[in-house]
Formats: sequence, structure tokens, C-alpha cells
Amino acid sequence: MSIDYASKIPNNVDLGSDKTLQRALEHWQPRYLDWWREMGPEASLAHDVYLRTAVSVDPKGWAHFDYVKMPDYRWGIFLAPPEANRTHGFGAHKGEAVWNEVPGEYRTHLRRIIVTQGDTEPASVEQQRHLGLTCPSLYDLRNLYQVNVEEGRHLWAMVYLLHAYFGRDGREEADEMLARRSGDEDKPRILGAFNEKTPDWLSFFMFTFLTDRDGKYQLAALAESGFDPLARSTRFMLTEEAHHLFVGESGIGRILQRTAQVMKEKKTDDPDALRAAGVIDIPTIQRYLNFHFSVTLDLYGSEISSNAATFFSTGLKGRFEETKVVDDHVLTNVDYTVPFVEGGRIVEKQENALLALNERLRDDYIADCQAGVDRWNKILDKAGVGPHLRLPHKGFHRKIGNFSKAFVTPEGALVSEAEWNRHATTWLPTPTDHAFVQAIMGRVAEPGKYAHWIAPPARGIDQRPESFEYVRFH
Amino acid sequence: MAATTLPLLRQHLIDPEICIRCNTCEETCTKDAISHDRRNYVVDPGRCDACGDCLPPCPTGAIDTWLDVRQAFSLEEQRTWDAIPPLPPPPIDESTGAALAAISGSIPSEVILLEQEASLAQGGRVPPPWSAAHPYVGLYSAALPAIATVTGNHRLTQPDSDVDIRHIVLDFGKTAFPYLEGQTLGVLPPGTDEHGRPHHVRLYSVASPRSGERPNHNNVALTVKRVTEDREGRPAHGVASNYLCDLERGAQVQVTGPFGTSFLMPNHPGSRLLMVCTGTGSAPMRAMTERRRRRMNLAGESGRLLLFFGARRAAELPYFGPLMKLPRDLIEVELAFSREEGRPKEYVQDRIRARAREVAAWLASEDAFVYVCGHKRMEEGVLAAFEEACRSGGLDWKTLAADMLRTGRMHIETY
Repeated sequence: MSIDYASKIPNNVDLGSDKTLQRALEHWQPRYLDWWREMGPEASLAHDVYLRTAVSVDPKGWAHFDYVKMPDYRWGIFLAPPEANRTHGFGAHKGEAVWNEVPGEYRTHLRRIIVTQGDTEPASVEQQRHLGLTCPSLYDLRNLYQVNVEEGRHLWAMVYLLHAYFGRDGREEADEMLARRSGDEDKPRILGAFNEKTPDWLSFFMFTFLTDRDGKYQLAALAESGFDPLARSTRFMLTEEAHHLFVGESGIGRILQRTAQVMKEKKTDDPDALRAAGVIDIPTIQRYLNFHFSVTLDLYGSEISSNAATFFSTGLKGRFEETKVVDDHVLTNVDYTVPFVEGGRIVEKQENALLALNERLRDDYIADCQAGVDRWNKILDKAGVGPHLRLPHKGFHRKIGNFSKAFVTPEGALVSEAEWNRHATTWLPTPTDHAFVQAIMGRVAEPGKYAHWIAPPARGIDQRPESFEYVRFH
Repeated sequence: MAATTLPLLRQHLIDPEICIRCNTCEETCTKDAISHDRRNYVVDPGRCDACGDCLPPCPTGAIDTWLDVRQAFSLEEQRTWDAIPPLPPPPIDESTGAALAAISGSIPSEVILLEQEASLAQGGRVPPPWSAAHPYVGLYSAALPAIATVTGNHRLTQPDSDVDIRHIVLDFGKTAFPYLEGQTLGVLPPGTDEHGRPHHVRLYSVASPRSGERPNHNNVALTVKRVTEDREGRPAHGVASNYLCDLERGAQVQVTGPFGTSFLMPNHPGSRLLMVCTGTGSAPMRAMTERRRRRMNLAGESGRLLLFFGARRAAELPYFGPLMKLPRDLIEVELAFSREEGRPKEYVQDRIRARAREVAAWLASEDAFVYVCGHKRMEEGVLAAFEEACRSGGLDWKTLAADMLRTGRMHIETY
């Protein structure tokens, strides 16, 4: 059905017909807005931002652009249209009709999945709330805000499911989403990467390229779910998520383009000389990549996971593009290759594919990241500068899973703790790196102007020209 | 290029330099035309019907890439790309005109040919103004035309003039026919030619603004001149124009289109229109002017209009009366008559020269958009007058013109 924008909470789920649910969500709404005012983008409440808002969930209607003050953004509940006669595509219930209610026996699992996903959404808004003060252009500022409001909407999507299908527990969980804080000692966000800081735009672009891509893979796996409201919610979220990946990939691409240009002009690859020229040297970018990639890999969990197996077998969470995978979609008799650290070596073993589902999703994700890094390297090749950026080995700098106790170099060699620590400053961003990156990032907020360290984008948002006033300040 | 053997088509492609492989387009496409490998997202020319569903969800704009090609790029070729390959503008070869095919029939080949001929003066396709609204194109074809009803047909030229130009209003009833000022529609005259084949489609610029000839009605106005002689002045009978000019109210007409993605007006506050036209070339100018007139009291719609309008005599000038009533703070009108008794011959380029200094300032301004529409003969004179105006203003016309074409600030349509 089309989106009802007349009601307090825009929705395409006929919210008006369920008064109890409507009241519950209308009760949550002001708390959400309070959270946005307190933890949303800093000093931004009065700005007019050229934002994309969905006016319907079909292709023609969901990218409507106009100036909006962010607190007035129409956060709401949008599910992708239902697929007629949809059946479970995998697991023990394969072939049966999908559920439109939560099956009692899977209730706890399902709630946990939704809460874990939902918690990441406000977390990233909190992580990014200071970035507006150092934006490299109005174009980038607008993109940041678009990412932020859509993360907010993704929280709405998950909160709707909690309210609509999990009764009192669900409502309490929804309140907790607004109570936890990224990086807070007492009440941190659930997942580690969402408690890290996003202190500068290089981190932000890495985050949107790498960590939002984890979001894409998790959402894609949930879009296969046999619990149809979850599948339809996440399917629509994926469409919005694409913009976040774009912000990250093009952001780093533009930084590389600018750096490459200055390298050519100055005929140097000396990091100090490049820093003195006000651009970010490639080794620094590599260190940021190493950091964000490794902490994001942890988000997929342990290589061997009985929870993952349960989620799959019970039909709650599929694999990436489950419907396109050619196998039996049950996996009880299928193997998958998993890395272990044994006797001072990294070895690969065949494990039951059900237990190895986290690893499989992580591998799919890595392949996707690699393709993006290859495209970045093409920018460097085009300019004839180097070195190439490389994804570190998947065992590098891991805190969760088989590599958590091991010391793995970015090239994939096992070394001693002392050896690893000796090189850590060449592999991971140092306080000096952070200080430098933050030092060059002054705010540029004039239409058509871009900070010195980043190239302008190839195309404007909504085909707008370079000089377009994406954000109007008041 | 090896592959499908369509001689000329507008191929939908994805720009691999901008695409981030987010999969949204593939997910959205209901024709299964989009697929990917580890390297690129590609569009199957045999499946894509240019429905446009994939355009809004694309976060990068990479999806909105179209090339006019003689042979479609195959999926295999697209998969190897790092960038869209550069293409020379396809030469117009009239001998192959009949064989021209368009993308899955949504833009008929003869329409592409007509559009290309009309835009020859500007060297082929130019982009629309950056703030143009997104046009619908090719909703109705000769195989599946829209049926419109004639609700008005009156003569614009004075009764004593031997030129018969008519204002024809077509109503689409409950049939959607969304159009923009500057777009054209095709009329299919009934019957067959002397070889027993159906008549060719004839294109007419819409003369009414997007909200309808009558505001908020589903109708469109056309400005049609009855053709009674050919270009050399020999007697000739225009099939479509005579058919249209003779239509009675209530008659039904088969319509194709809308067409045109370039000759569109800017919509941003402060955008200005410099319009040059002769005869029925005034149709798009009337549409754009009327759009601005209806909205002139709205905030942020304040860009001025300047119109150079030529005809042989005042009696032959379509819309002369209403034009004179337009408020001066909306539009300035310069008329040129080439055969008015008792007055020296004057062409639109003479009026442009008379205001050379202002015209140069208009051409140089990023917010000014230039539209030239009318008979092929006027083209050269108008462009020469622009060049002169630039020279007197110390501007380099060549550079400026190239820049204006590149940024969608100059549009020339002549026939």
C-alpha cells in the first residue's frame, strides 16, 4: 500500500487500524526526537538540508528530494511490498509458507537478531555527530546528514517490529535503544565497532565503506528471513543503505584522486612532503583501512557459531543472496572452509557449512570490499602513482574468533606478540596520524567549495551542479 | 563492437567509473535486464525497455547513462569496461534512415532521425538545463498510440493573411500524457500514402505548459501551420498539417510520445530564458512563457524572459494579441517583420544586433538559457548575430558556445 503521510507517523503498514500499536509508537516518537536532539548531528537542528525522502516504496516514488529541517524529517515505517505466496527459502521450514507472526519457539532468537541490528542504527548517528563541524563541503555535509536520517529511519524499522510483534519485551527493548550510548562505559552499544570513535572524515568514509557494508550484508541475510515483516523491512532498508556505501567509496576515491594529483604535481611520494602540501598520504589511508576493516570483520562473529546455525536452520536469517545460491539450502551435509590457528600456523579445515555461516558471510563481504579497493587502485593507476591499497589478511588485528589470540601481520604471517607490537604503528593509525588528519580538516561550507584534501564529486546528488547549496544555514 | 545488430539505438548502460556495485538496480529491475559479475554491473540491451524504474534508487547516478550507438554493446563487452568508451556522435545517414531502430521501440526510429535532424545546428544531442524537470519519453508508440480528442481548433493568423496557423487543443481524458514545455509529440495521420503504407509520424512541439492548456486539465495545445507549398515555394499538400488544421471539435487523434529530453526549460529561481523563434517555432516559447507567467507571483520564480520573434507580417504572427498583453516585468518582446508593407525588412538577427550589448551579457550569464526554434534558414543568421554580440562584448563566442552546449544552456531546434 502507499505511504500514509497524513498521520503522525508516516507508514505503509496501515498503522491506523491497530490503535494499541499506534499509541505505543506515538508514545515512543517524542522520546526518539529527544534522543535526536541530544545525540543527533551537532548544531544542525535549524539547517535546511537537501534530503531524499521516500514518498512511496516503489521505484518511482522513493527518491523525492527537497529541503528539510532534520527534526522534521518524516521518519516512519516503510516495508517493501509483500511478495505473494512467498515461502521459506532455506532451513528446516524450506518450502513452507513464510510467517507473518512470530513463532513462539523462535521468539527469543528473533528478538535478539532485531535488537542487535537495531542497536547499530542510532549508534552510528552518535559516532558521527561531531563531523558536521569539520565538513569538507556542503555536498559532503548533506551526504552525512542523509546517512544520519536514514540510520534514524532504520531504527524506526526495527522498533516497529519490536512494538508490533514482541509486546512488552519489545517495547522495553525499543526504549533501551534510546538509552544506550556509543562509547559509554556504563551503557555501551551492543557491538564493538559501534563504540569506536568516528573522529574525522577519513574515518567516516572508511566507516561508511566498510562498516555500513557489514550492514548491507547483515540486512541482505535478514531480507531472506522466513519472518516476512523482517524480510520486507530489511529489503527496503537495503535500498537506503546503498547511499551510505556510495558516500564511503566515493569519499575515499575523491581523497585518493586529490592525493594522486598532488603527488604528480610535486613529483613525490614522501608522506611528510605530501602532508606539508595538505593532502593525506597513501600509507596513512592504508592504516585507516587496516583498522576499520579489521574491527568490521569482528562484527560477523566467530567462525564456528551454533547461533548462526540455529538462525539459519530455523529460517530466521539466510545467507547473502540465498535465493541465488545453488545448493540444497539446508546445508546439513555440506562443508565450508574455515581458517584456524594451530601449532603456530594458519590452517584451513572443512567444517559443517551450517556452523560456518558467519565465516561465509564474512568471505562474501571481503570479496565485495576487495572489488571496491580495486576500483580505488584504478584511480591511482590512472594517475600513475602508488602504492596500491590492500585489504589486510582477515586474521589481522582481530578481537573475536579463531584469530583473537593470534598475532597476524597484514600480509597474513603469524608472528610473536613482541614482533607484532613493534610494527603496530606502521599498520594501524597512530595518534600522530589522527592529529594530522584532524588538523587538516577545517570546515568548508560555501556552495561549490571543497576542502584542499579532497576532490569534488563526479556527479552531484540528484544531478545537481557542483555549486548547489545542499545545506542552508539559519 | 560485436553483438545485437540494431543499426542505431539509445542504449542504457551503467557507468563503471561511478557505479559502486550496490546491487540496488539489479534488485529493482523487473525485466531482469541488469546483472553483474565480480567486476561490473551491466544492462542487457535485449531486455531493458527503458522503463526508468532503476533510476531513482541508484545512489550514484551511474545508472543514468545512455549512448546512441550503431550496435548495442554486448554484455561481454560491458563486463570488461573500466569506463564508458568514448563515442563519436553518430553521423546521420539518410539512406539508412528507414532501418533505424530505437531502444525496444520506446522511441521510434523515425523520431530519433527527426530529432537528430532538428538538432544538427548544435552538433547533436546536448544535455538539458541542470534544473530541468525529468521528462517522460516514449510512453505511446505507433503500435500503441494515445487517443486524444480535439477540444479546440482556431485560427491564429488574421483572416486576410494567406498563412493559416492554428491553435489546436487536444484532450487526453483519462489517459496519462505527462509532458514538459519544449517536448514534442507525434501525430499519426490516418490512412496510407500512395504506396499503401501508413503515413509517417509528424512531430509537433507542445505549445502549452506542463499543467495543461487549461490549468490542471489533461490537455495540450499545438501550433500548426497548414502546409500548402514546399520549401521552394511549389504547391504541396502537407498530410499531417492539413489533417490537423481541418479537424473538428470532438474528432479523435492518434498521438505518440512525448519525446525530447534536451530542449527543456530550467526551473531554478533566477533562471532566465533568451528565446529566438520564427513562425510556429514559437510553440515551445509560448509553453515556457506561459509556465513562467502562471507562476510569476510565486516566490523564487523571478527569472526574466527575453523573446526575439520573427514573422513576415504582424498578421501572420501567431499569438500576437496575447503576447502584447504580457507584463513587461515578466518578458521583453522584440518583434521583427520581413515583409511588412511600408517598413524596412527586418529579421530576428537584426533585432539581436540592435541589442548586442545586453545579449552578450545574457549569453555570458550562467543563469541564462538560450532557445532557438524555427525555420532552418534563420539558424545561421542568429548564430552570426550572437557571435557579433560577443565580439562587441569582448567574449570569445566559440569557447562560450561550446561551454553553453556542454552545460545545457543552448538549445537549437530547426526544421
